[in-house]
Amino acid sequence: MTAPARRFDETARGRFARVGTTRVHRGELLRHPVYTRFLHWSVAIFFILALLTGFAIYTPWLYRWITPLFGGGPRTRLLHPWFGLIFEVFFFLQFLNWLTPMAWTAADRRWLKKLRGYATNEERLESEDVGFFNGGQKIYFWLIVLSALLFLITGILMWFDHVAGRWLVVVSYVVHDLAALLMFAGFVVHVYEGTAHQPGTFGSMINGTVTDRWAWTHHPAWYRVVTGRDPRQAYEHEKRRQLERERAIDDWESKQTPPDAL
Amino acid sequence: MSNPRTFQIQEISAHPGPVPGQGTRREDAVCKYIDVTTCIGCKACEVACVEWNDHPFRETTFNDTYQTMPTTEWNYYNLIKFVEDERDGNLMWLLRKDQCMHCEDPGCLRACPADGAIIKYENGIVDFQQDNCIGCGYCISGCPFDIPKFHPKTNKVYKCTMCSDRVGEGLEPACIKACPTGCLKFGTKSDMVQIAGLRARQLREESGFKDAGVYDPPSIKGTHVIYVLHDIKQPERYGLPANPIIPPSYTYWKWLAKPIGLWMGLLGVGAVFFHRVFYGAKLPQPEEGEIRTGPSEEIEAARKEKR
Repeated sequence: MTAPARRFDETARGRFARVGTTRVHRGELLRHPVYTRFLHWSVAIFFILALLTGFAIYTPWLYRWITPLFGGGPRTRLLHPWFGLIFEVFFFLQFLNWLTPMAWTAADRRWLKKLRGYATNEERLESEDVGFFNGGQKIYFWLIVLSALLFLITGILMWFDHVAGRWLVVVSYVVHDLAALLMFAGFVVHVYEGTAHQPGTFGSMINGTVTDRWAWTHHPAWYRVVTGRDPRQAYEHEKRRQLERERAIDDWESKQTPPDAL
Repeated sequence: MSNPRTFQIQEISAHPGPVPGQGTRREDAVCKYIDVTTCIGCKACEVACVEWNDHPFRETTFNDTYQTMPTTEWNYYNLIKFVEDERDGNLMWLLRKDQCMHCEDPGCLRACPADGAIIKYENGIVDFQQDNCIGCGYCISGCPFDIPKFHPKTNKVYKCTMCSDRVGEGLEPACIKACPTGCLKFGTKSDMVQIAGLRARQLREESGFKDAGVYDPPSIKGTHVIYVLHDIKQPERYGLPANPIIPPSYTYWKWLAKPIGLWMGLLGVGAVFFHRVFYGAKLPQPEEGEIRTGPSEEIEAARKEKR
């Protein structure tokens, strides 16, 4: 990343940190600062708006359901490229913000090989070399980078079709669709991973914090970097602590008179 | 437009012999016949079109030819193209009336994403309904003849309507009516094709145009505007595509791949839901109060041993 870009990103991060707050409690770690959260949700909102308006134009079967949401056919068509353009701007800023942690490493190649096990929840703990982002997250990021470029190029060609000419429009039509389908698939998986599949993750992008248990489970290498502690040892310690607590409770329980049977 | 077939007689009581006229059908399809060999370039058809459609007159463009402007416009549906064609050292001045071809398989209609913005009537006329148009411009890239044009202010697209309002009342289009030489004719498709065939043969046998023929391209299933050309083998000389096609984006991709893509997306959402139901969540470890999970411990242990 070029020096001016880095400076811009750091300045933005500083400014947003002064305006917003992230409250970190005991047993929690700071994961996503204010700037990241702002960018993520701005990208998400404009992506969804572009996706919806795009879907209306994509197929006649969705046209009549979606166009009323945006105020009719012509307005939907008018809004779509603007939503897309704003998405591009915010995503570009997010690209600068996350370029460093998204760099592809050997650990990510190893993570990919175990993708099947990840999907079937074979192991409870991620392998110890998983850093701030795992291989799957990085793949999604780079696929968005590719798709954003394709969207921008084909989108501009179709927006200025009188300049682009017939055959460029016709090819852009298909490529824009392909990028959209790819992004939709990724979006579905992304929302799933961020909500139902990994509890605690949605909170990380709303409040900016995660529990240390979440951290040593899903991103052990990052936990080590942030806390200086070994993730597996911390996990074992917590397991023993839990066992102790349960034993103490059972002990206390055995000394009580049971509640009266009805 | 009234349908005369509703009052065609089907059965007659106590009538000896068959019902008169049974099995006959009025042909619905209309067609414009344009004989470029007898066009004199008077532009009466251009004026008639502007007048009938009540468009404001446009500024003309002088480009060293008699052509009124380079291409059709939102308020100029019909344009005589003047081509100075050089061949074997001889010069031929080709005059061709350019307007919407009202294709039997219209590329504009196939490309359009807006419900009801483009309709094709049973008689073959392809009409734009500007009220439903969203201004996306896909029709422009779908048309093999570069006909539909944007209105810069309203962002709607316009083209020749074959005077569907006149045709609906049993009249011929305005351009046909205005033509002084009789090179423009209007009637049913089969009648116009027949006349065109006779004229082309006349050109070949009596006028020395050995390659004269009728332009009615089968690649878009024929058109409801047909030309008699001096040279059917090289329609490009007249500015006509030899093999006009609809881009596959608006046929195979739009009607086959798009729905498949959408269904895959929807099934994907379902799959993701069931994934959660089957495999559960990845909870932060250790989980509190967990007792058992998945298959029984013996099976789990056996699985671990096998690995």
